[in-house]
Amino acid sequence: MAERVPPLRTGRYLELRVNGAPVRVERAPERSLLELLRLDLRLTGAKYGCGEGECGACTVLLDGAPVRSCQVRTAGLDGASVVTVEGLRESGRLNAVQRAFAELGAFQCGFCTPGMVVSATALLRANPSPTDAAIRAAMDGNICRCCGYTRILAAVRRAGDLAALDRGRPA
Amino acid sequence: MIGPRPRRPWDRSPPEEREYFALLGDGLVAQLPPQTPGPPVGGGWSPPSGGAWLHIGADGAVRAFTGKAEVGQGTRVALSLAIAEELRVPLERVDLVMADTDVCPWDIGTFGSRSMVDVSPTLRKVAAGARLALIDRASQQGLGPSSALEAVDGEVRVRGKEHGIPYAGLVRAAHVVVTVPPGTPLTPAAAWRRAGQPAVDPTAEEVVSGQRVFVSDLWRPGLRFGAYLQPPRYGARLVRVDVGRLRGRAGVTVVHDGEFVGVAAGSPVAAHAALAEVDAEWELEAQPGEREIEQYLRAHPSSGDSWDSDEHRVGEPDAAYDRAPVRLEATYRSAYIAHVPLETRAALAEWDGNRVTVQVGTQTPFRAREAVAEGLGIPVDDVRIVVPYTGAGFGGKHGGPVALAAARLARAAKAPVMILFSREEEFRHGYFRPMAIVDVRVGAERDGRLVSWKFHNVNAGAAALLPPYDVPNQAVDNELSESPLPQDPYRALAANANNFAREAALDEVASLAGVDPLAARERNLSDERLLAVLHRACGAAGWTQRRRSPGKGFGLAVGLEKGGRVATVAEVRVASDRTVRVDRLIVAYEAGTIVHPENLRSQVEGASIMALGGALFEAVHFEGGRILNDRLSTYRVPRFSDLPAVEVLLLDRKDLPPAGAGETPMIAVAPAVANAIFDATRVRLRSLPLVPEGKVPERAAAPPGTETPPVVKEARARRGPSGTVARRRRGGAAGRTGRAARSRTPRPRKARGHGRPRGRPGTRRKPSRPGRAAHGSARRRTPAPHRRAPRRTRRGRRGRS
Repeated sequence: MAERVPPLRTGRYLELRVNGAPVRVERAPERSLLELLRLDLRLTGAKYGCGEGECGACTVLLDGAPVRSCQVRTAGLDGASVVTVEGLRESGRLNAVQRAFAELGAFQCGFCTPGMVVSATALLRANPSPTDAAIRAAMDGNICRCCGYTRILAAVRRAGDLAALDRGRPA
Repeated sequence: MIGPRPRRPWDRSPPEEREYFALLGDGLVAQLPPQTPGPPVGGGWSPPSGGAWLHIGADGAVRAFTGKAEVGQGTRVALSLAIAEELRVPLERVDLVMADTDVCPWDIGTFGSRSMVDVSPTLRKVAAGARLALIDRASQQGLGPSSALEAVDGEVRVRGKEHGIPYAGLVRAAHVVVTVPPGTPLTPAAAWRRAGQPAVDPTAEEVVSGQRVFVSDLWRPGLRFGAYLQPPRYGARLVRVDVGRLRGRAGVTVVHDGEFVGVAAGSPVAAHAALAEVDAEWELEAQPGEREIEQYLRAHPSSGDSWDSDEHRVGEPDAAYDRAPVRLEATYRSAYIAHVPLETRAALAEWDGNRVTVQVGTQTPFRAREAVAEGLGIPVDDVRIVVPYTGAGFGGKHGGPVALAAARLARAAKAPVMILFSREEEFRHGYFRPMAIVDVRVGAERDGRLVSWKFHNVNAGAAALLPPYDVPNQAVDNELSESPLPQDPYRALAANANNFAREAALDEVASLAGVDPLAARERNLSDERLLAVLHRACGAAGWTQRRRSPGKGFGLAVGLEKGGRVATVAEVRVASDRTVRVDRLIVAYEAGTIVHPENLRSQVEGASIMALGGALFEAVHFEGGRILNDRLSTYRVPRFSDLPAVEVLLLDRKDLPPAGAGETPMIAVAPAVANAIFDATRVRLRSLPLVPEGKVPERAAAPPGTETPPVVKEARARRGPSGTVARRRRGGAAGRTGRAARSRTPRPRKARGHGRPRGRPGTRRKPSRPGRAAHGSARRRTPAPHRRAPRRTRRGRRGRS
């Protein structure tokens, strides 16, 4: 994922892509990406949990890389591509991570789940067969307060297998 | 949410006045007494709910109702499974309406692990009654005599036949209400086909795709956002407030009504900015800090709440102690800790004429209804509280101040209003698990048999106060205190502190007597169910073959609370630099009949890891009435990097009714870990959190059993003056990983995985801290020189979680 130099624009509207669709919103430079998603676009999959990038509940993909959307200012987002948990389906079907979380019941209250799913999706794209240590390291910034980590870990492992099957290769 | 509101809440209407069919459509309603309006008579925890009802619609769908809330504990699916079982329908066919005060039976609240204990029997019964009524209707339609019919897969069939009449066909165009006799027989657990079997949550897809709507996700056209003034410190009193600067401000609604000062605006940021302009003056009173807190709690007993007090005396504990060859006297402590539900407190209020509906994340919707009605001065019948999916509670979301504030603001703004607490507000304006001080004095024979047991809990409450052990001479009691910090329910509440003290003390006694911890427990237990989990856990852990190696330690603890039995074995590793790591937890749990095995397993796993936080590092730090670690960067909770291997063993007792499961698996973790640390290092740690800095102190505690154990000093020295609490601010590049400030326990810095989220240069913003602005305006007076006793802090509801 090459670092994209954000073009400097100052028009009234901010234009970016969210879940593949072009989006135009009024510029509000102080607004965080999380606020833009939740308040302007009514995409509430990303959650407010702490407002300081500690809990991971607001994780989304920004130009393919996972970010804490509460920590991302909208000012530099012209032309950016944002993918939220709502945009992870592949050809209308839940992605491998989502299927694995559902299959293994890897949630309790479910509030952290969107952030967990996005983080795990990013991990598996970068590293299709991560070790447990790699999963723990990549997901350490996502808090599950119900502490369902055992199941989440198992679900990420399982997602790796499902994704391999999707690609038509043995796990 | 059910669309139109009933004229009156159904729990407050006689059955014949409930508009079941107008609201739910044609069909059959089964209801179970008591059906008298209002809360059931009796008080306390029992009876916990007022009757039950369910509706079978003309499309065959089942809609059942309970006043319990789903806050992540999984009872929605577990209760639905129990209903599906009795009605012989697939799980997906059951829609359980929860915690909607207009249409659900009255309920005392979601705490105390009571959902499966109290509600599953009534829902099963009403479902069984509905099944029998459907069979009768099929018989009346000519299918055959009722005795020859059975319900299978949503149909009534002639016994043994492949096909029959679907439920839909039996209730079409019907408006039938049947009253289920209390004696209606339930399907025995041994004959279950749906309950007790693995089940997938039918709503899983909405959860993993971000479609589940939590309280804070709710939205309405024209929605306004609210915020309200709260004291900057505990014990602060509002002496003067001036909202003049906001009068006439476009887009801002201001409410100043007595002590309540709130604003509503077009965005959360605008609301908090407006609140920051409120000119408030507070009178502060001196508040004890962490260094004085133990003395303070001991010196300020509270008079009330006898229901959360217990006292048990048998034999002559003093004389028996004096004669005992093995003696231990020690004090065990547990810090105040925070629930930190991932979703902060939130409420959305909207008015329709003179009636208000508040959707709010609360564990006590019916109590919130009373509070909102009283606060607004309107009839209870005009208030509807609905609890949507909520991002957890853990006992931390009792009551309804946020609901009331949202309702006030919505009334003034003439628009729907949402209040969402910032994380800092959640820490500062919620409440905590009480601090506990437990004084223990134990006498035992040389073989580890207990002969004298004195046990005195200060402040935390009576849960799990009594030992499960057979001791001939006992003096057990607890004393409630005036806590300067607000304290209230928390998952397993005082059972955590009491069981920690008890199981750690027993381990010390075993060690003094030279008896294996397993044998010491076997020698003092006669509860067969507790022995069964003990042996199961020890068997799985290989307890009798365990091999010590340098730095490795094994610890064991059991617990009995709310009908559930738990045994936990912890395996820890203490590195050469004294850093502690819990490698493995083996947890055996028995809670009677298992209704939803995967959910039970999930609860036990989660509770065990959550308890690890309170065992190892969680503590609220405070000084002068102010919480010092009020953010997730300074209050540490368990993360992936803390995760041990967790092995859960469930014992299914189909001959026993289901007991609670959300709480009891918590209570054996801390003592098992403390005992394992002793096993590894010979250092006894008697205060929770055990290793706030991540390391076991070098100096071993003095041998217990001395008249004045130096434990107290030790514990204080370890914790250090509260001023030294790590509170580093995040900042600069280091902050980008989201780790810089979480520094209380050193962790190895590993290379991050590729997926590690990064803020990009130039895209970082300072975290917005709406909560802060509100308090910035507070002018502080010099604290009063005298120390006033703090106000009673919601003591009346403690002991539940």
